[in-house]
Amino acid sequence: MTLSTKIGVDKPSYLERNLPLYKQLIGVVRFFQRWPVIPIFMLSILVLLAVFADVTGYDPELPALRDRTLPLFSEPVDPLTKDLTRHWLGADQFGRDTLTRIMHGARITLYVLLISAVSGTIIGTTYGLVAGFFGGIVDDILMRILDLVYSIPFLLLALVAAVVFDPSLLVVIVLLAFLAWPAFVRNVRAEVLTLKERDYIMYARVAGASRVRLLLTHLLPGVINTVIVIATLRIGQLILAEASLSFLGAGVPPPTPVWGALVAEGRDYLNSAWWVSMFPSVGIFLVVMSLNFLGDWFRDRFDPRLRQLGS
Amino acid sequence: MGKYILRRFLFSFFTLIGATAIVFGLSRAVGDPRDLFAQEGGYGVTEETYEHLTKMLNLDKPLYMQYFIWLGKTVRGDLGRSLLGQKDVADLIGEKVLNTLELTIFSWILSTLIGIPLGVISAIKRGSIWDWAGRFLALIGQAAPPFVIAIVGILIFAVKLGWLPAGSGESYLIKGVFRGISSGDFSLVPAFFSGGWKHYVLPVGTLGLAASASYLRLTRSSMLEILDSEYIKLARAKGVPERVVIWKHALKNALIPPLTLAALIFVGFLTGTIIVETVFVWPGLGLLATTAVSENDFPVMTGSVLLFAVFYAIVIFISDLTYGLVDPRIRYS
Repeated sequence: MTLSTKIGVDKPSYLERNLPLYKQLIGVVRFFQRWPVIPIFMLSILVLLAVFADVTGYDPELPALRDRTLPLFSEPVDPLTKDLTRHWLGADQFGRDTLTRIMHGARITLYVLLISAVSGTIIGTTYGLVAGFFGGIVDDILMRILDLVYSIPFLLLALVAAVVFDPSLLVVIVLLAFLAWPAFVRNVRAEVLTLKERDYIMYARVAGASRVRLLLTHLLPGVINTVIVIATLRIGQLILAEASLSFLGAGVPPPTPVWGALVAEGRDYLNSAWWVSMFPSVGIFLVVMSLNFLGDWFRDRFDPRLRQLGS
Repeated sequence: MGKYILRRFLFSFFTLIGATAIVFGLSRAVGDPRDLFAQEGGYGVTEETYEHLTKMLNLDKPLYMQYFIWLGKTVRGDLGRSLLGQKDVADLIGEKVLNTLELTIFSWILSTLIGIPLGVISAIKRGSIWDWAGRFLALIGQAAPPFVIAIVGILIFAVKLGWLPAGSGESYLIKGVFRGISSGDFSLVPAFFSGGWKHYVLPVGTLGLAASASYLRLTRSSMLEILDSEYIKLARAKGVPERVVIWKHALKNALIPPLTLAALIFVGFLTGTIIVETVFVWPGLGLLATTAVSENDFPVMTGSVLLFAVFYAIVIFISDLTYGLVDPRIRYS
């Protein structure tokens, strides 16, 4: 007699019955849907790749003509030092190690995302808080400006910016922050509009709390759930945008390894060296997918009212 | 209603003013615009060249006047000349517009035809293999960047299997029809049906996949919500056949959110084409814009951005107006 029958706990039905294979798989999928195990696992791998980017021993930007388009697992012998070095994921058209470039790319991606997402979140949340809290003419003006911002196609703005300013890490970060912030405003504002009618805000007012205090210590905690959910769902789109920018040559300039640029560089060598663009592509896909799952999970947990978002 | 249209129209107008101001402002932020035409210390560049350029670009007038002069020229269709080859930008763009529209319209039709029915099926047969297939498609469409989908498509269908060409062809359907109407030469149309369509499959599929993913998710969730409502239960209880309940009673209301999404998806395509056209070397506006970026050709760049912005404003305006047609509950206020 097993423990589960003793204490009267039923096994999940999908393990018990003789179901077709795909339905059993659904059961497994359900478990992973309940807890975001896979997304967190994937994202930790991303962080690990970024942290240990230097252990491969290759320079991400230094060409090595001898190693041009070497296939996976190839092991060229260094003619000078007689060292054995292995290209686990092959080398690109300049002989740079693909794995090293992906790992350094992860580092830059994380760096760019972190800064742009955080600043976008802060700007968007503040904007929404102010618009909702002050109301009236301030609200009207702020919301009209938001409409204007929404009507500017992002990729085009980015392309113009790439011509006007020389493409650099800073420009990309500013552009992504610009892409990120509007998503927060409407939801935060709507939230504040209901929150500020609550009694506790009135009491705080009566007690003589300043506006800044009201906003920061009384209203902000009320909207933080919404903000976290939107931020997680938004980061995936930021990655896609960043990758598209790099792919179009309007992102972080070469030879810096950025995932989108890695895909773009390998595009001309699909026939002879598919690994150059395939692995970064898979990387982008997995990371965005993980972030989407994690965002969905956060949303269902913390703020189910946001279901409309991203669906 | 008239007031609403006027307000939306004014808003679109101001959006365009804003967009042109941004484009113009950026064109002045490059630094001295004369340097674009004549590098300082470049071969044969003298004081006189600079003075001539000053006159030509109206740099001796105040900034707002420069903007109005530029705007006036733009409205009259004079977008300047490209830095490379000194071609008329308006002509350059005119050649490409139809090609881009071609791509967008086909992808729009494709994504609607795939996304909405699959969304309905995956909602009414929850947990079935269709549902999971649909959600898998939605997953890929949302997480894979369009250029990755394009590259994988090329790798499989063009390189490995060799079924489809990986680039653009010579025959275009809409262009062919237009040419036929204007000059009586309909030769491009049969060329499209006899093999030209093959060039469309990969680009249109790439653009359509991401869009059908968002259609699918929206249709599915709105259909699920409707199927849970009281009037559907009533229809079922009074014995209306399931087929009629779903396709007549439920679908009509469930389609409202996806239909309002349709305009946004069209707008999204306009920028999505930038990537797809680059990958498939499709001679449209997007390719023009990206080549202009890599060649630092400023007039071409601003011209195509401007056209995209105009498209954008028009589509948003139309979609605002049609909301009320789709859903009479929305009041124009």
